[in-house]
Amino acid sequence: MGEYSVVIAAIVTIAGLATLFGLILGYSAIRFRVEGDPIADQIDALLPQTQCGQCSFAGCRPYAEAIATGTAEINRCPPGGEATMIALAELLGRDPVALEDEAAAEKPKAVAYIVEEECIGCTLCIQACPVDAIMGSAKQMHTVLTEECTGCELCLPPCPVECIHMQPLQATPQTWKWPFPKAPDQEATHG
Amino acid sequence: MAEPRTIGSFHGGLHLDDHKALSTGRPIETAPLPPRLILPLQQHIGQPAEPLVQLGDTVRKGQMIARAVDYVSAPLHAPTSGRVIEIGPRPIPHPSGLSDTCIVIEPDGLDTWDALPEPISDHIHADPADLRERIRWAGIVGLGGAVFPTAVKVNTSGRQPIDTLVINAAECEPYISCDDLLMREHAADLLDGIAIIRHLVGAGECLIGIEDNKPEAAEALRRAIADRDDSPGEVVVVPTRYPSGGEKQLIQLLTGREVPSQDLPAAIGVLCQNVATAVAVADAVLRSRPMIERIVTVTGQGVQRPGNFRVALGTPAAFLVEQAGGYREPVGQLVQGGPMMGFGLHTDQVSVTKATNCLLAASPAEAPAPEAERPCIRCGACADVCPALLLPQQLYWNARAHDFDKVQDYHLFDCIECGCCAYVCPAHIPLVHYYRFAKTEIWAQERDRERSDLARRRHEARLTRLERLEQERKARLRQKKEALEKKTGDGKADPKKAAIEAAMQRVAAKKAALQAQSGNPGSE
Repeated sequence: MGEYSVVIAAIVTIAGLATLFGLILGYSAIRFRVEGDPIADQIDALLPQTQCGQCSFAGCRPYAEAIATGTAEINRCPPGGEATMIALAELLGRDPVALEDEAAAEKPKAVAYIVEEECIGCTLCIQACPVDAIMGSAKQMHTVLTEECTGCELCLPPCPVECIHMQPLQATPQTWKWPFPKAPDQEATHG
Repeated sequence: MAEPRTIGSFHGGLHLDDHKALSTGRPIETAPLPPRLILPLQQHIGQPAEPLVQLGDTVRKGQMIARAVDYVSAPLHAPTSGRVIEIGPRPIPHPSGLSDTCIVIEPDGLDTWDALPEPISDHIHADPADLRERIRWAGIVGLGGAVFPTAVKVNTSGRQPIDTLVINAAECEPYISCDDLLMREHAADLLDGIAIIRHLVGAGECLIGIEDNKPEAAEALRRAIADRDDSPGEVVVVPTRYPSGGEKQLIQLLTGREVPSQDLPAAIGVLCQNVATAVAVADAVLRSRPMIERIVTVTGQGVQRPGNFRVALGTPAAFLVEQAGGYREPVGQLVQGGPMMGFGLHTDQVSVTKATNCLLAASPAEAPAPEAERPCIRCGACADVCPALLLPQQLYWNARAHDFDKVQDYHLFDCIECGCCAYVCPAHIPLVHYYRFAKTEIWAQERDRERSDLARRRHEARLTRLERLEQERKARLRQKKEALEKKTGDGKADPKKAAIEAAMQRVAAKKAALQAQSGNPGSE
């Protein structure tokens, strides 16, 4: 009889604790509920926000969400290049992945430029621009707000007269960067 | 006689050959006006100035030709009277060798002054805000080389009150002697400037820190102080040790107080101004003179007649070198600034700006080609000489590895780029070049982040707008549909239904009649 009472006491205690913890967990799930996906937010913050869709997603946010759920690789962002891929790898604790062919060729930063003499004012580029960086209206020539343009190139295909060109951003004294010092072996080969 | 002040010290530093005697032999000469003055719109830290003149305009000496567009910005004035013949990109004195927008003035030789504001002669009772406004109007920036707008620097309200004004007369970098000569010849103006700045920031004491290799200047200052009865400042002679003229180093030498990492001297109640800046303040307040000229040292073995010149801003370097007798071949490199912190100019067609304290035409012996970089042997000599108490090796490794987070953990931005570490490095590693590389990369990353934040905001705004438009469209459709349904409910449908009902009634009546007929014959 005495032996059984010990077993029952143990079962009751464990069951009681389980119920208590269950209630605490259940309560905190409601009380400390996090809206949205914080990981996707963090990933989104690392992406360059060109909204270019070269990752095959409809913008940076959807790509971030796809990475967060583990359905997309971290190497599909050409504008971000290797720096973004490494930052993502560090954030997510994944191994760095080599960039895909297309993404590996890093292009210099550029902004769109509309040749205004050729523009027919069709507004197709305005509808394509993900950041509203093109000004204009029907049958009025359009122009690009250079400061806002992310260089995503999404305005190029819709243009029926091909009057949009990408212009590489020129360094100014304000944005110029000191080049990486020549490595010792390079100096040696230069004599 | 007061007790001689005990001098503090700073870590590291170097004793360098000063080569100053090369350019201190003659008094300051006034350079003639060149055929063209080239004035970059950005001669200061902050937003570039915005032109107020147009191509072909005639301007007068002292007329504001570009205005400050932001709080941290400085206006630009015409150094002489003449005509604006160009506003466009021209090479500027910058390590990149790039061009930037400049206003080019062709002097008319008349040197006619523009109408200037009234001098503030009673500066001791003047409102500090008026004095600050005058300094801002005059376009004065820190003339020691940092070119930070002075009107912003002296606005110390909101922080700890300033108790000590430190006047930086150390001029620690070799070859440069423009401040030395300025003090020898214009000590009284310097003291006027000090009195104004002291009143402006409410500093109780003023210490003028000067290296012991400039005894004539120190003596001139002492004599000028003795001539006055308001004792504007105390001359403190410090030992010659590079970089004692670094702001934080000089403050530590004179007051024994250390400026916190990545903070301003104002955090410990100190304001530091260069001597030439103080003289410019006196000129602006007492004589209503905007900043249109400065003293420039032209020196080095590569120039015939080294000396100091009073130069109109915008004077091309080549023209100024001609005034110093021209080049003496062979010239290795033309440097703006000193041999430690200056940078090589890509062309001598760039002009003297507010930042140009020295043009150094170095012979190949003075500026030998850098020796081949060899691997770091971890000797630690760099850390021994670092006046900012950093670990130059760690900065180097991390900058080399492009690890920009780590390099900031080692306080990259406390580095003053004095060059002591690279000077002593036995492996000839261009350490400062690595730090500058890392700094500009980090700034570029910050700019990219700002741009991407802007793009994200605009993209989200667009998505919300598109969604709102879509919903509005749907709402309009729904409204139309409802309106249509309502109409059919109580208007057109009624006669139809009535017609159908009438028809059905007719059919039913017929049927009933037929039934009645077929029933009757049976009974007949």
